[in-house]
Amino acid sequence: METAQKETERQRLPIIDCDIHNTLASETVLYPYFSERWRKHHRLVGTPERIGSYIPRAYLYAARHDAWTPSGQRPGSDLDFLREQLLDAYNIEYGILNCLTPVCEMPNLEYAAAWARAVNDWQIAEWLEPEPRLRASIIVVSDDTEFATQEIARLANHPGFVQVLVLARTLEPLGRRRYWKLYEALVQYDLPLGIHFTGVGAGPITAVGKPSHYIEDHAGMTQAFQTQVTSLVCEGIFERFPTLKVVLIEGGFAWIPPLMWRLDRAWKKLRDEVPILKRLPSDYIRSHFYVTTQPIEEPPKQEYFHQLLTQLDLNDKLMFATDYPHWDFDSPEYALPKSLAPALKRKIMADNARALYQFETKKIAQSVTTFSD
Amino acid sequence: METENFTQRIVPADMSVIDCDLHNRLPSLRMLYPYLPDYWCDYCEESGFPGPDANDYPEGVPMSMRPDLSDPQTEDSASDLARLREHALAPWNSEYGILTCGYRVQSVHNEDLAAALASAVNAWQIEHWLAPEPRLRGSLIVPSQNPELAAREIERIGAHPGFVQVMLPARSQAPYGNRRYHPIYAAAVRHELVVGIHYGGAPGIPPTSVGWPSTYLEEYVGMSQVFQAQVLSLIAEGVFDQFPDLRVALIESGVTWMPSLMWRFDKEWRGLRGLTPWVKQPPSAYIRQHMRMTLQPIDAPPTAEELLQIVGQLDSEDLLMFSTDYPHWHFDSPEEAFPANLPKGLARKILSENARTFYQF
Repeated sequence: METAQKETERQRLPIIDCDIHNTLASETVLYPYFSERWRKHHRLVGTPERIGSYIPRAYLYAARHDAWTPSGQRPGSDLDFLREQLLDAYNIEYGILNCLTPVCEMPNLEYAAAWARAVNDWQIAEWLEPEPRLRASIIVVSDDTEFATQEIARLANHPGFVQVLVLARTLEPLGRRRYWKLYEALVQYDLPLGIHFTGVGAGPITAVGKPSHYIEDHAGMTQAFQTQVTSLVCEGIFERFPTLKVVLIEGGFAWIPPLMWRLDRAWKKLRDEVPILKRLPSDYIRSHFYVTTQPIEEPPKQEYFHQLLTQLDLNDKLMFATDYPHWDFDSPEYALPKSLAPALKRKIMADNARALYQFETKKIAQSVTTFSD
Repeated sequence: METENFTQRIVPADMSVIDCDLHNRLPSLRMLYPYLPDYWCDYCEESGFPGPDANDYPEGVPMSMRPDLSDPQTEDSASDLARLREHALAPWNSEYGILTCGYRVQSVHNEDLAAALASAVNAWQIEHWLAPEPRLRGSLIVPSQNPELAAREIERIGAHPGFVQVMLPARSQAPYGNRRYHPIYAAAVRHELVVGIHYGGAPGIPPTSVGWPSTYLEEYVGMSQVFQAQVLSLIAEGVFDQFPDLRVALIESGVTWMPSLMWRFDKEWRGLRGLTPWVKQPPSAYIRQHMRMTLQPIDAPPTAEELLQIVGQLDSEDLLMFSTDYPHWHFDSPEEAFPANLPKGLARKILSENARTFYQF
């Protein structure tokens, strides 16, 4: 009886998953999408990253134990299994792929660009073309905006791409001038910027040096998100690019109201330092930012969750995400509190994402010119 | 700004006030020469070294100085103390005030000089602030970039009854949970001193986790993320398990971000506690047990109702301690200085009782 009831609810409520991770089963999967020059390069140096050593995650690839594919391949690497375990299991209407690949951490920018192009072509051929429920983020190298704009121009009209992805920990705060060309391209092609959990940046991963433990790295990621929001607002990015939209992915959202309050109060005293800002910082945040729900906030009392939503005042911009296949996956059935009003739940589960990404109407299918090198 | 009127509106006649964040500023390095060995006096004089300055509060920035105070730029500690009595202690009729001297010896690259400056500034505090004014208590300045030297300074002077805490700037080269700081915590516990982590600092690494921001506005706003990193580190590294008597005050950290950090940290701990088995309780339990926050700047939401929600979400009446952050400018009205409509018992705790217990007056 209870199961049947759940079934009907599941059918009734459309679900759009704004954060799914497709992964390379191995790096050589990219070989068909590399020119010989870069295949040779990969055989020679592998994939050097700036990081030196990272803090081991709780689980290999930060993945759910049950997400390894039946043939033992890396979680998120097999479309059929992803269909079975996620898209079909929860009847997901659309899912957005955010492929996490270390292009933003590679010291060799040319190699990083070749890698990003190959990943994007691999996404088209092996994910977007075979599965109409999937959409993807364009992978770019955030610190090479010259390349990023080329890649966006190459792919923006492909109906499968709905967003451009950067990682939360960048070389410099995202409001800095070096990134403005990227925003020009995003505005030109009307694509949102997705800022996703993780990344390495240039220095230590906190403002106070290197932490020791994964929980500091993981729980500390909200610090990077807060800095990026602060930087984008204070540098006047939304005055310079008034139609730019930014999606914060996997950053949580309970930190947003206190950040808005602190920003608003500080700006009232320091507005002479940033005369480009014409409105309260919180106005820019509420007008331009979208936020995914996973990992969902879990205050000790449900009452606090509702207080949070009211303080946040972003009911049109919260978007559900699972983060499949990672260990901190949020289930479409259980993530949102039961006490949430059905109309709001519906917006968060699908309608807000539908309004942002305009899956049906915006995109005009065009042939893709493959960028060859 | 007429703080006199605030007092009557905020503080009921039967309640006393302990102000946990009052700044005694050292206007010039030369004022330390009486306390410095000749070698360092010559070194500073001949090199023209102006002394450390983390530029935590640029002079022209509005929040650096209350608009009703003009900065006379004197090198006369007696008149500075008189000003503090008149503009900070008297208006609130404060029973005690805790000095939070912001002299950033931690930014001095030469660690021996940093240690000498710390000893000198502590001697200056005793002579010019603590000795003449019995309502004041002090914060020990230590060269925390070298924890052994810092511990030595705590051992040297930590038993002085005027000092109630050891001051660490919020920004540091390594997170404060790192075991390199254990000598500081051991010495602080031995002398029953609070460790006060205070807004500011200039350790030479970027003030954010993603590099250098462009504006002071970003740096100021971003300081709460610096505090968040320190709270995560202190608990994840098990500092409070190693030093069960350690008390940490977060001073000028902002207040309203704390519930969101507790929720995030507790949730992560439930998922990841196998990796840090020495963290035996949910992180928020350590926070409530070992940490306190000063009230200003409170970063209040637009409505009094939302502020009460946040105070409620702390799930503890013990966490907040009243402060004015004199002479910095954070409030213009009684409602901004102190949350309105607090239950009387909670108001009393925030105004004085939490600090009285925590600092063991």
